[in-house]
Amino acid sequence: MTKAESFYMGVKNGIPIGLGYFAVSFSFGIMAVSGGIGIGQAVLISLTNLTSAGQFAGLDIILAAGTYVEMALTQLIINLRYCLMSFSLSQKLMRDEGRIHRFFAAFGITDEIFGVTASQKGMVSAWFMYGLMSVAIPGWTLGTLAGGISGSILPGYIVSALCIMIYGMFLAIIIPPAKKEKPILAVVLASMAISTLFDTVPLLRNVSSGFVIIITTLLVAGLAALIFPVKEAEKSAGEEAEA
Amino acid sequence: MNIYVYILVMAVVTYLIRMLPLALVKHEITSPFIKSFLYYVPYACLAAMTFPAILHSTASVWSAAAGFAVAVIAAFREKSLLTVAILASVAVFIAERFI
Repeated sequence: MTKAESFYMGVKNGIPIGLGYFAVSFSFGIMAVSGGIGIGQAVLISLTNLTSAGQFAGLDIILAAGTYVEMALTQLIINLRYCLMSFSLSQKLMRDEGRIHRFFAAFGITDEIFGVTASQKGMVSAWFMYGLMSVAIPGWTLGTLAGGISGSILPGYIVSALCIMIYGMFLAIIIPPAKKEKPILAVVLASMAISTLFDTVPLLRNVSSGFVIIITTLLVAGLAALIFPVKEAEKSAGEEAEA
Repeated sequence: MNIYVYILVMAVVTYLIRMLPLALVKHEITSPFIKSFLYYVPYACLAAMTFPAILHSTASVWSAAAGFAVAVIAAFREKSLLTVAILASVAVFIAERFI
């Protein structure tokens, strides 16, 4: 695949991400501005951070005038999952592309961009990620702008309907491979069960959402690697996802 | 406290987390355990993020459950990402407006 084809593929796959992001960051824009932050500042946060959970948590800290250290630690913990994803993608991105591409592509590692990239067959070009980013970043940034300006341009039921799109996409990524491979099905069900425990059991509920994702991922992927080691030497992360 | 310093701290920490592994891990990993682990990470991670968070993503648990059910069925039939996302969204819309 040429660079242009990879980029185009990325743009195509990026459209649902961009739409979903628009909806989620729309609510971020509303919250930020109603909390007293300027529209331009809210947009700047979205443009430079490109992350949902981290930004919502960061917003709380800014509004509560927390310390810079608290801000740094919170971002570190909530976004530590990106470190796992980045590690996984280090095995997935083509090696013949210059290292400079890894610096640029790294900016686009979000839950959704990672999910779509990891589900591609074989090695992936940085240009594919640029394609995803070229839709996702404007979607995220403009959503914040629209939310900040309008406050309530859209009625609640439209926002609701848009917010679920991200999760629909996640399910479209994980369910087809889970159908074909029993270990993946076990991983998916175990992860959902554990994160449900964190959502419902009294003491566990205090664990922040970023930590829940880190703990669940380490535990479930670690156990799965012990119980169902991947046989074929060639298989790399997510390779079978859309086979 | 300066808001631009907050934003800078957020952006720098988040970028470093994303960038360091990708930029520093140059070689192919050979350990079967680590390879298997990384193979399962996306599924574990996305599943944990989806459920039960999906149930809190809309105005009511019921409309979210409708969207979830429709998305699971569509994904099980191997519809494309956009199709699954739109069907889930339509299900939520219908559940909230007409039921």
